Amino acid sequence: MIAEAGLAALWLATGFALVQVMLAWGAAKGALQGTGAMVMTALRRVAVVQGMLALAAFGLLITLFVLSDMSVELVVENSHSMKPLIYKIAGAWGNHEGSMLLWVTVLATAGAGVALFEKRLATATLAATLGAQAAIAIGFYAFLAFASNPFVRVNPAPLDGRGLNPLLQDPGLAFHPPTLYLGYVGLSVAFSFAVGALLMRDVGPAFAKAMRPWVLGAWIFLTIGITAGSYWAYYELGWGGWWFWDPVENASLMPWLAATALLHSVTVLATRDGLRAWTVMLAVVAFSMSMIGTFLVRSGILVSVHAFAVDPTRGGFILALLGIYIGGALALFGARIGTVKQGATFELVSREGALVLNNLLLSVILGVVFIGTLYPLVAQAAGVQLSIGAPFFEKAAAPVGLALVAATAAGPLLKWRRDQWNTLFGKLLVPVGVGGIAFALVFALGGAHWMPSLALGLAAMLAVASVIPLIRRNLRRTPLHIYGMVVAHLGIAVSIAGMAADGAFKVERLAAITVGQNVTVGPYRVELLEVRPAVGPNWSALEAHLKATRDGDTIDLFPQQRFFANPPTNTNEAAIATLLDGQLYTVIGQGDGQGRWQIRAWWKPFVTLIWAGGFLVALGGLLSLIGRVRRERRDAENDA
Amino acid sequence: MRRLLIWAPLALFALVFALVAGGLIKPADRTIHSAMVGKPLPALAMKPLLATKPGIDSAALKGKPRLLNVFASWCIPCIAEAPQLLKLKQAGVEIDAIAVRDTPEAVQGFLQRNGDPYARIGDDPTGKAQIALGSSGVPETFIVNSRGEIVDQHIGDIRADDIPGILAKLEAAK
Repeated sequence: MIAEAGLAALWLATGFALVQVMLAWGAAKGALQGTGAMVMTALRRVAVVQGMLALAAFGLLITLFVLSDMSVELVVENSHSMKPLIYKIAGAWGNHEGSMLLWVTVLATAGAGVALFEKRLATATLAATLGAQAAIAIGFYAFLAFASNPFVRVNPAPLDGRGLNPLLQDPGLAFHPPTLYLGYVGLSVAFSFAVGALLMRDVGPAFAKAMRPWVLGAWIFLTIGITAGSYWAYYELGWGGWWFWDPVENASLMPWLAATALLHSVTVLATRDGLRAWTVMLAVVAFSMSMIGTFLVRSGILVSVHAFAVDPTRGGFILALLGIYIGGALALFGARIGTVKQGATFELVSREGALVLNNLLLSVILGVVFIGTLYPLVAQAAGVQLSIGAPFFEKAAAPVGLALVAATAAGPLLKWRRDQWNTLFGKLLVPVGVGGIAFALVFALGGAHWMPSLALGLAAMLAVASVIPLIRRNLRRTPLHIYGMVVAHLGIAVSIAGMAADGAFKVERLAAITVGQNVTVGPYRVELLEVRPAVGPNWSALEAHLKATRDGDTIDLFPQQRFFANPPTNTNEAAIATLLDGQLYTVIGQGDGQGRWQIRAWWKPFVTLIWAGGFLVALGGLLSLIGRVRRERRDAENDA
Repeated sequence: MRRLLIWAPLALFALVFALVAGGLIKPADRTIHSAMVGKPLPALAMKPLLATKPGIDSAALKGKPRLLNVFASWCIPCIAEAPQLLKLKQAGVEIDAIAVRDTPEAVQGFLQRNGDPYARIGDDPTGKAQIALGSSGVPETFIVNSRGEIVDQHIGDIRADDIPGILAKLEAAK
């Protein structure tokens, strides 16, 4: 019964989405003629009901997983009655069909949110926005109904399920996909706002202010998702790296880069009514990158370490949806943007100028990642097989990234509209001095390469510069979004410092040693005390007991080499000790059968700053979001 | 210029769309092609693993086409492959072998149980020769022509229906 109810809710939601598109057309037309207030009310309510129906369908799917209803194919494939409750729930979205249902649920709920909370936007634009949101939803409902139905029954029902991949039984991974999805799909609202604004030729500050909280919200989730995903890859894969430029990682990085650019350009549009066409373009690009990311992951046309179900039929369906939505939005942009008047202009040396620079640099990085990710496809079309590795991305993106760090330091110190070079230099004197000293110390005394040294210097400069906007201000009366900006920029500095410190000073040792021997890595002497068998619920392992000593302090580490019987897989469980000044990362490898074991150890100074910085950036976004929403609400009350 | 710029994103997207659609219609060729095909055998000088058979000296592997089989006694697919190798031997094919990370006793037992198709067996205790050949696992079989050049690499075990193809390639490699 529950499965049928879920399917019914899905079909009903599809029907409501169709009605929503038609009502949107009526409401927008009516609003332009000064009538149609009732149609608009109906439109808002239909959007809310559509969201609730999608939410109900998703809730029913989770219920099926919690109850372990083994007459439903998806539950059989991805769950087991003995599994802990949290992994039963996570099993609902830990597969293709469930994750697509989650995708469309977020899409519909976000549309409902716009219908409920958006009060200040012109009626016609809001109607067109809700129509666009419903039109996107229809495509994905159709995809679920015709190519990925999560509620299919099996007859006869098996006694129990086939479980979840043991590797995926990790609390971090259970909540990683939903976080990223909230970010990906949250950007759909920005996309719909852009389409609505283009349709109604209403690109201006009101549109930007309406769009901003949604962009911020989606961006916060993307930031958390990427940061957490990076840490997961770091401790789970046992390769000692924290970013691998894998297509699936790039798929999450590209929307983040576009959303970061959008976040800054939307501020120019909201505050100064500039960058109209550019902001609309970015709003389209950001969600397009989310959809392309999903497509790359789901279709299996790019080879990745992330093994998802590879299915060309589904890939074809999603590609058709991409063609319709992205192609349609870009065609609309081409047809309409010529009629949008140019916004306010500004001088080169101004806050706007710095934000344009930020946007250009972010776009270049986005271009690099995009080309690097898709180039294997181009080569394949030409009959050559290749893969693009980290060196390309690092060489091409790192210098641009460092220029961006410098721009981030300068931007917030500039006045809107026009400023003087001299004033800027004056304000930057202290940060540049601190950065220069840091660079000199690291380069000359630390003996690091110039690139990571420069990165550390720029990070120090940004860290100092980022707090300058708070100096000589009444801290209690400073708006919350200023604090948000300060914290986020500081987070970037912290994260870059972590990356540079890891790049410049990490020490790696690979040794084959017998029990009783030791290997020195960084400040630690690591001794192999014992290698012994260990067992877990569904794995057996070889576990090394390592004793790491530094100035008399000792740490015990237990890296494992795990063997899962079903499916037969080997995994490395790295043992990581987190210290104040870095992490000691150890992995046990093969034995040679004569008592020697391969031990791989890294000393990674200050590597944790990478993720600490990422979470600071997300926290800054949250502060900013709260501040913006409170201010909007106050302004709305003043208007009324 | 401005008009061009306005339509540039759509044009770019159309390009990407065509590319991705192409990739979807014609899926990538995921088979791994050996970089060694078409090149002479690398210089290999391997000691005999068994006292009863010579080892492998790549300079001597010339004059007529032959198979070079990379195997190990601890490898299960190699057992499945053994009858096919015996059939090839009966058809008059000379088969040489590289035993990877193995011991004489274990190989002796393996050949007693599964038959012995090999003319020579080289000892590759560290897997170095295997890597020099561009082989990543066992079993793999290289077809070497009469001039000592690699003309084909068969990855995985040889099945019964692979035999005619291999015989044809050996004929062509004379």
